Amino acid sequence: MRYAETGFNLEVDLTRGNIERVATDPELTELYLGGLGTNAKILWDRVPPEVEPFSPENLLIFGTGLLVGTPVIGCNRTVVSTISPQTGLMAFSMMGGFFAPELKYAGYDTLIIRGQSPDLVYLWIHDDKVEIRDASHLKGKGSLEAAEMIRTELDDPKAQIASIGMAGENRVWFASIEQGRSSASRGGIGAVMGDKGLKAIAVRGTNDVHVARPPELIEMCNEVMRYIKHRNENPIPGVMPILAGLGSPQEMAIHDEKWHTENFAWGNSRTRRKGFWTEEVEDNWTETMRGMRTRLVSCHNCPMKCGATISVPGLPTYMMKCFSKLTYTMAAMSDLEFGLRIAQSATEYGVDAFSAPQVMAFALELYEAGILTDDDFPGMPSDNEERFFWLLDRIVRREGIGDLLANGTHWAAEQIGNGAQEYAHNNIKKHEQLPLKLGMLNPIYFLMYATGEKINITQIEGNYPQAPFATREEREEFCKDWVQVPDEKFKEYFLNWELRGEYSIPHYPGIEATCEIVNWQEQMHYIDDATGMCAGLSSFPLKPPYHIHNLPTFISNATGMELDEEGLTQIAKRIRNLVRAFNIRRGMSKEDEKPPADHWKRRFPELEEELLTEYYRFKGWNEQGIPTSESLHELALDYVADDFLERGILQDEG
Amino acid sequence: MEVTRKKKIVKTIRIDVDKCNGCRACEVICSSFHAIPKYSSNNPERSRIRVIHYPLRDLYVPVYAGEYVAAECAGRGMYTIDGKEYDECAFCRASCPSRDLFKEPDSGLPLKCDMCESDPSLTEPMCVQWCLADALIYEEREEEVEEGETLEEIEIGLEAMAHKFGWQKLLDTAARMSKKD
Ligand code: SF4
Ligand code: SF4
Repeated sequence: MRYAETGFNLEVDLTRGNIERVATDPELTELYLGGLGTNAKILWDRVPPEVEPFSPENLLIFGTGLLVGTPVIGCNRTVVSTISPQTGLMAFSMMGGFFAPELKYAGYDTLIIRGQSPDLVYLWIHDDKVEIRDASHLKGKGSLEAAEMIRTELDDPKAQIASIGMAGENRVWFASIEQGRSSASRGGIGAVMGDKGLKAIAVRGTNDVHVARPPELIEMCNEVMRYIKHRNENPIPGVMPILAGLGSPQEMAIHDEKWHTENFAWGNSRTRRKGFWTEEVEDNWTETMRGMRTRLVSCHNCPMKCGATISVPGLPTYMMKCFSKLTYTMAAMSDLEFGLRIAQSATEYGVDAFSAPQVMAFALELYEAGILTDDDFPGMPSDNEERFFWLLDRIVRREGIGDLLANGTHWAAEQIGNGAQEYAHNNIKKHEQLPLKLGMLNPIYFLMYATGEKINITQIEGNYPQAPFATREEREEFCKDWVQVPDEKFKEYFLNWELRGEYSIPHYPGIEATCEIVNWQEQMHYIDDATGMCAGLSSFPLKPPYHIHNLPTFISNATGMELDEEGLTQIAKRIRNLVRAFNIRRGMSKEDEKPPADHWKRRFPELEEELLTEYYRFKGWNEQGIPTSESLHELALDYVADDFLERGILQDEG
Repeated sequence: MEVTRKKKIVKTIRIDVDKCNGCRACEVICSSFHAIPKYSSNNPERSRIRVIHYPLRDLYVPVYAGEYVAAECAGRGMYTIDGKEYDECAFCRASCPSRDLFKEPDSGLPLKCDMCESDPSLTEPMCVQWCLADALIYEEREEEVEEGETLEEIEIGLEAMAHKFGWQKLLDTAARMSKKD
């Protein structure tokens, strides 16, 4: 018997209409766990570097993490992997909600979609019964609208549905896959789904998910419940409210947005607005949120309530979480009411809430600069907010200028030329980033921005505080119950970290320590992405319930696999290197590993070069950032080394 | 059925629908607790509490399994909640022939909440323990109740099967199958 996993994948070929249930190899679980690990392995094996994102040979994989569907609290991630049309690299966007557990209950660990359907279809997975169904009547429908129609026609309100909106259908390069409560937004995976002619996937499962050591596992789960309760009652002192608790940043619950509105950049990621957060604004925005937010909602088997149901008067209800609360507001230099209103359309259209607002602000900046002119915007309204609605509409339909903008700021700027590139200034690896512009280079963040292959800062940062605490007493206090550190030395680094002087950024933490801190934080994310754990309970917040000391036992108790810290660390490393290898094989190079040039005002080119070189070495990569034959061998990734040698990516000497 | 009156601790779970966030932790842990061996598997479909939810209508109603009923109700009404209409069946606690709710998915046998009866007994039922939102509140009160014999789980199951196939067929099958062992 297989524990925690079902032992079966579902393979769907949309070109031929073929559906297969395929048994998986338990040995692969021991090597890659599940979720991202499994997805990366499948992509490496089956998608050679010549394959274009929009081609029948590209795979669209919905992976459930290894522990998804077990009672392990907060393990509910669907990891969607494919080739991103925007970056040309592996996209591995994730969503919480209820989809992955339902897929497990239906009897599948991974859903692999290949081919291309000539007509728009949707997939209906009901345990062993799997059908490809006509979706021509859903063409152009909103993501949530379509999901509701599907539930009605299937007469199954309990079906969990992942769907795309018009943006995905029209292959917008930052289209998302929406699931009501959550979405997998980054990397344009919704466009790949649209390219496959797949409007939605509905799933309903009624099977058991087994675990290997029941009483031991449940006792650990009970302990997590108690710890979450304790942390909810005792936020961490000394950090801003959204970093003090567990879960995704509690954007739906909190009203105090001083930090975001005054420290993050408005417009096309340009303007810091010091003094913006007045009492008047606070009253106004609190009023807006109170009036429109009807309920805080959770994901599967998690008590954290990071999302919310939003009802804007006169518009259909939708759900939201996290920082999408403010991205539209800030891009348009508007207010929260506007932000929540346009997010309703954006959710139905299915676009990424980091990229979409930035693309629109970018277009308007080009218009102001005269690089784009009235001819490019025929019929655009004069009102600022209406312009955003107008632009969003052009983009998701790929009409007029929207067709260019639908590829994101990098590619749009390339096509527009005429100096437009300067305006696409907030990208890494051609992908729009959080709008943040700061003063002094932070070595930890430098490495995370440069080398993160999820290409999104929130998906690599987390367990180590973002900034030093002012006094040594506060730092000592913080270290007292900091059991999550993999090694005591991290406490040392933190205790000595000062706001100013010799022990402050950019030269402290030192290079070696910086490498270790970045590596630790990243490793925790890779573990979560393989188990399906929500980062909000694990790799993202300070002092989470899950950490390197208890995760191996969770995995052992759930699966029966023998695993210790060293073993789990090794698996995380293996997955990390496989993802990198896949991207390197697709052409990613050291040249791509750069934060946006204007991310910090004060840059230190020599230090940065040294950091990158040392980090590559630390990771077992050569000076070009390519994993060496030796380190690949240590990770049982010899097949990757062989491929690299054959392609001339590595020479014999590594 | 013989009926006596006596004092008894009545265990109930009070439900505060406004606090439910739809996490389904109650479904996961209830089905896990009742798995054999205990906690060895979970499957919300076997849970004795189900969260009826229509997220876009902002409606979340945890309902825990009540009595098995042999026949579906006559006349079925509609609820109107916040201006939206729902079939009365949607929120019913009964395990009844006309729908899948509160039935074992493979056998079709009825499920009923037993307040996590176990030895040693729990301080609170599992679903209540795992509902950090306080949507489920455990209450005990002493009450004078009419006490008939309470049916064991197996009796409820047998009754349901008898209803479906008839006692004779059930007995014949049981006799035939037990010989095989
Ligand atoms: S555990 Fe509580 S909050 Fe979660 S679904 Fe059940 S009743 Fe609702
Ligand atoms: S009290 Fe126990 S049996 Fe009843 S619904 Fe809750 S967990 Fe299930």
